[in-house]
Amino acid sequence: MGVASAIGAQGMVGVRPVVTESYHEDVVRAFMVAAMFWGIAAFAAGVYIAFQLAFPSLNLGLEWTTFGRLRPLHTSAAIFAFGGSALVGSSLYVVQRTCRAPLFGGAYLGWFVFLGYQLFIVMAATGYLLGITQGKEYAEPEWYVDLWLTIVWVAYLIAFAGTLFKRREPHIYVANWFYLAFIITIAMLHIVNNVTIPVSFTGTKSYIAWAGVQDAMIQWWYGHNAVGFFLTAGFLGMMYYFIPKAAQRPVYSYRLSIVHFWALIFLYIWAGPHHLHYTALPDWTQTLGMVMSVVLWMPSWGGMINGIMTLSGAWDKLRTDPGLRFSVTAVGFYGMSTFEGPVMSVKAVNGLSHYTDWTIGHVHSGALGWVAFICFGMMYYIVPVLWNKKGLYSKALVEWHFWTATVGIVFYITAMWVSGIMQGLMWRAYDEYGFLQYSFVETVAAMHPYYVIRGTGGLLFLTGALFMAYNLFRTIRSAESNEPQSAVAAVAAE
Amino acid sequence: MKFSHAIIEKNVLLLAVLSLLTVSIGGLVQIVPLFTIESTIERVDGVRPYSPLELAGRNIYIREGCYLCHSQQIRTFKDEVERYGHYSLAAESMYDHPFQWGSKRTGPDLARVGGKYSNAWHVAHLNDPRALVPESIMPTYQFLNRPLKYEDYADHLKALRIAGVPYTDEMVAEAVKDVRLQAGALPDADTAGLLARYPKAHLGDFDGKPEEVTEMDALVAYLQMLGTLVDFTRINPEDLKQ
Repeated sequence: MGVASAIGAQGMVGVRPVVTESYHEDVVRAFMVAAMFWGIAAFAAGVYIAFQLAFPSLNLGLEWTTFGRLRPLHTSAAIFAFGGSALVGSSLYVVQRTCRAPLFGGAYLGWFVFLGYQLFIVMAATGYLLGITQGKEYAEPEWYVDLWLTIVWVAYLIAFAGTLFKRREPHIYVANWFYLAFIITIAMLHIVNNVTIPVSFTGTKSYIAWAGVQDAMIQWWYGHNAVGFFLTAGFLGMMYYFIPKAAQRPVYSYRLSIVHFWALIFLYIWAGPHHLHYTALPDWTQTLGMVMSVVLWMPSWGGMINGIMTLSGAWDKLRTDPGLRFSVTAVGFYGMSTFEGPVMSVKAVNGLSHYTDWTIGHVHSGALGWVAFICFGMMYYIVPVLWNKKGLYSKALVEWHFWTATVGIVFYITAMWVSGIMQGLMWRAYDEYGFLQYSFVETVAAMHPYYVIRGTGGLLFLTGALFMAYNLFRTIRSAESNEPQSAVAAVAAE
Repeated sequence: MKFSHAIIEKNVLLLAVLSLLTVSIGGLVQIVPLFTIESTIERVDGVRPYSPLELAGRNIYIREGCYLCHSQQIRTFKDEVERYGHYSLAAESMYDHPFQWGSKRTGPDLARVGGKYSNAWHVAHLNDPRALVPESIMPTYQFLNRPLKYEDYADHLKALRIAGVPYTDEMVAEAVKDVRLQAGALPDADTAGLLARYPKAHLGDFDGKPEEVTEMDALVAYLQMLGTLVDFTRINPEDLKQ
């Protein structure tokens, strides 16, 4: 097509201008490969430390392989390396397509974000193994890693928002609202929670500027919104693009997506104090956090309804498109977790659940059921598109992945419900003479069978991910290109 | 004039600024008053900054991720108070950078573990938890029997002083010597100055190797002071109201 016809097309009423520049998708491809790699690393680390709790000799007596050093490795690999690579990568894909504009800053800025982010992951992970940590959950990286991430994050914001500025669509698509809120809020949380005073600029150790009760509040303001904005808002952006795409249906309700967006980002920030019920945090803060956490249930379910109901008129695709089944099941798990969360934030319930495995089970129904599944659905859709293939190598393998992973999650969360509630009840049990009935270590011993079941569930989940990696690898390497000329070549080769 | 969301949807800067304002409110309301309302931290006697050896122990506690399985926050429940002792006060962690309240009790709460077991018990337990508690699932920590690095502890105290911990010039000047003094590596030296700077500090050679200050010494010194600073027999319940 020549320039003249492109201009001619522009002049026609109701026809959109032709985009001649191509999207920067190399960097998206790189992020997808990284997400798959880190996903398997995170799941494997999780399985290993899960079995350490069942069989403590697996700690090996080495300082680098103790539970205490590997748990931050597992959580950071899952949240920031796997989830983060999938999020950043998919956001760069979505923003270019929904704006019909190539990435702002071009390939250079895109690759800086990719390589910078991977370097952040490697610096953080190696630090954990060596015992370099700030000792704040999900904010373990020390000051020099925090600074580097800040630089990379600003570059990411520039690339993303710059692309929005250059858009050729009048409206900013709803998925981008969520991605943008995720980028901005994570920047705010990261900076405030990591204000530190390094002991020396040549050493790794620093001290957090905040202390005690204020530090606790700031930490869980950060920690709960790592869930709210990293693990929720960002992935809701993913939901709002990839479910309509895969289902080939428009988003269920535009009005609901507006209410969903503003209500969710306003309310999530308030939920932090429910991590500190009955502690030395003042009562007013605890109660405020509880009330807002319960209110948060509403926008969460508004979003769930908007995601699931997008399938109206296309429910049959759940049978024929196993990738979409992952996405929709993810939204189902999202609905379940965002109901369980407000329940657990009620002080009377939290009195039982806090400090127990129930919390761990809750986190994993969100992390495995929602975050990982929405990523899997996205990746099963995006990989054939990015590598220009007709489709996935094997739909049957996706089915296998789906069922091993789902059964794995069920094992995991039911084991943690039972062990968590049981331990909570044992801690507060009194015998007939009015003494505490159980010593602490008796409640530890009672956990053993559930820790084995949990580890087995994790192993199933990891196995499913290995099916996926193989399937995607074969898809990428397949000769069945989507391009017409390659199709001709394939016929000629026969 | 009828409001249309399209105005926001068509302006990146407006969308970004409104989002930032929306997400700022909750944090401002919940965090800022904790710095301004005086009753947030109870007025009790006895809480003091960590001695350099305790601080080094605390840094090992953080390094090894102890907080991932042990809380340091006793809640206001009858069973917790009976199991662990008086519920935790905000004042007791006022010099904790960062706080170590934890979120999970795979092992028991440690907020008041100080003085409950002997030094020898702690050392044996850290070396091999299952030798003392067969059902324990804690990792072994034999590798802590190595020399502690403490030459730069004056710098640590200075960094904490910037963060607001009231370390005096004398404390900073004596930091390195105080480490050796508290760990029993200077057997004939006078400890009166150390105890004046850090009342109730546990003195002595914790791990049975007096010639050397080990990581084990530091960690046990820290564990032995946890929850011991406030004398609850002399507290008026009215003072604890937040």
